[in-house]
Amino acid sequence: MAITTQNLTRQGAVPPPATPTRNKQPDDTKLALLLILPATIGLVTFYFWPLLRGIWLSFTSWDLLSAAKFVGADNYVRMVQDPVFWNAIGATLYFVAVNIGIQTIVALGLAVLMQRLTGSILVRSLILTPFLVSNVVAALVFFWILDFQLGIGNQMLEWIGLDRIGFFTSEDWAIPTVALVNVWRHMGYTALLIFAGLQAIPASLYEAARVDGASEIRMFKAITVPLLRPILGLVLIISVIGSFQVFDTISVTTGGGPVNATRVLQVYIYDNAFAQFDFGYASALSVAMLAILMIVTFVQYRITRAGQTDLN
Amino acid sequence: MTQLTNAPSTTAATQPGDLAVPAARNEPSVRRRKTIHPGRIVAWIVMIILLVITIFPFYWMLRTALSSNGALSANAASLLPVDFSWGGFQRVFGLQSIDDAIADGGSGAQLDFWRYLLNSVIVATGITVCQVFFSALAAYAFSRLKWRFRNIAFGVFLMSLMVPVIFTLLPNFLLIKQLGLIDTMLGIMLPSLFMAPFAIFFLRQFFLNVPLEVEEAALVDGASKIRVFFSVIVPMSAAPIATISILTYMTAWNDYFWPLMVSYTDESRVMTVALGAFSAQSPQGGPDWAGLMAATLVAATPMIILFVCFAKRIVNSIGFSGIK
Repeated sequence: MAITTQNLTRQGAVPPPATPTRNKQPDDTKLALLLILPATIGLVTFYFWPLLRGIWLSFTSWDLLSAAKFVGADNYVRMVQDPVFWNAIGATLYFVAVNIGIQTIVALGLAVLMQRLTGSILVRSLILTPFLVSNVVAALVFFWILDFQLGIGNQMLEWIGLDRIGFFTSEDWAIPTVALVNVWRHMGYTALLIFAGLQAIPASLYEAARVDGASEIRMFKAITVPLLRPILGLVLIISVIGSFQVFDTISVTTGGGPVNATRVLQVYIYDNAFAQFDFGYASALSVAMLAILMIVTFVQYRITRAGQTDLN
Repeated sequence: MTQLTNAPSTTAATQPGDLAVPAARNEPSVRRRKTIHPGRIVAWIVMIILLVITIFPFYWMLRTALSSNGALSANAASLLPVDFSWGGFQRVFGLQSIDDAIADGGSGAQLDFWRYLLNSVIVATGITVCQVFFSALAAYAFSRLKWRFRNIAFGVFLMSLMVPVIFTLLPNFLLIKQLGLIDTMLGIMLPSLFMAPFAIFFLRQFFLNVPLEVEEAALVDGASKIRVFFSVIVPMSAAPIATISILTYMTAWNDYFWPLMVSYTDESRVMTVALGAFSAQSPQGGPDWAGLMAATLVAATPMIILFVCFAKRIVNSIGFSGIK
């Protein structure tokens, strides 16, 4: 205590010679270590240890009953030769492309609309509502709305003179349908993220452009898009990473079917672990997922140059 | 100044250089009508369509939940509840006799949603309280205490943001199994109890903003550092702590994959997993849609209530939480 007071008075009186003062400041190391102890336990036990263990398990064969057996790269060799794995990669990429493509366009439009029309908290709350319910709820509601026989969605298709579609039961439609359910749940959230980025663009730029007689579309191209790029980059990285890990929506609707149409990587991992009890192979698949996510993040970061800003 | 900053958003679609517009906003119809641009009307229409797409599924849940299954198939297109009935909700809460339930298109299997609701509340509350508390302690050490390895340690914590949660699930499941915590609520909660990298990061950001003078004043008064945390930092950061608590609660409530791995019986089954199980039991003649929609509504309602109470806080936190 006394030390602190001393420091205060000294700092007030004499402009400090920086290093000596710092040395006399109370050292909080003990308290600090005590305070971060619980968080460190969590970090090591549930983040770093599973990371290492997951990588180790991918080199073993293990059904939970007997002891894990080291098998070298067998799981990876099997993976490369496994058509279902490649199919899962394809299905995942297809899902991500549809999901992120549509979601980003709709969210960007929604954010610009909000910026132009209203920043009302009511509108912002309404568009966020789907994000509040779980993926499971979102999936089940659309499972019903798009039901082949009774769903209002198919009813509407009939009203406008189209044929009914087996959204969740046709191999062609299953992935786009699940992707659209995800778009529904996340578009408002994504729009709010982009909206926050839009708010950071100085209003004076638009005013200047308007004085110069620029059209809305021209302003969007010349001001909004370039200045939004860093934020858009980060939003893309976050949503792409989330999208790759899709599981809930598929698990409660198609369960991976029809045939293997929606057996995305995450569903395939779950099947291997909890239906086949093949934890070694499931872990190898997880490592593949980890590698894909890292590559995707890196590439996206480079492409969108998300770390830099053009605002200066 | 306020008018100036408002101008771009309210008059965006008007004529270029129309400087009279900010004033016109306060004038009644005649002047105002001039400023309405066809593009603006189209924009509003698009906006309203998007809002309808957003909200309609919620209405449809309610409409279906209040209908009876028999009538649903005959009147698939009716926009109002058909053959109004509380049956769906009664089946969800086990208030219907099994015979009645089967007659109404239910599966007859008893799912005890009160139990699942309670489990969800326990799990989400436990995770929120512990995770926010421990994260706040760490955030305090990373923001207000001076110690040697502070920046290195914080960097290590930040690295965990890059570990995809999904990758840790399988090994964590094995750990929970070895600890004998499979099918317990503690097992569901444990990996999230100690911290979340994002919560630490988020809270640290706000703790850094508490003015140094306030903290020093308390120290001069003889308070210990830990006292300062509880009596200065926490009260002064009540708003961000509330925000991160709400976000954590929502995440915990909505989680599906992890509880699905860990829970097998009613002992630990939470709402999301119960919903999946409910939809999987297809009685003869198609799923119990009324019951299923009633169940999804029951699962969604606590989140919607939370949102109605804290909408502004949650909406305003989005800008921060996403951009990290």
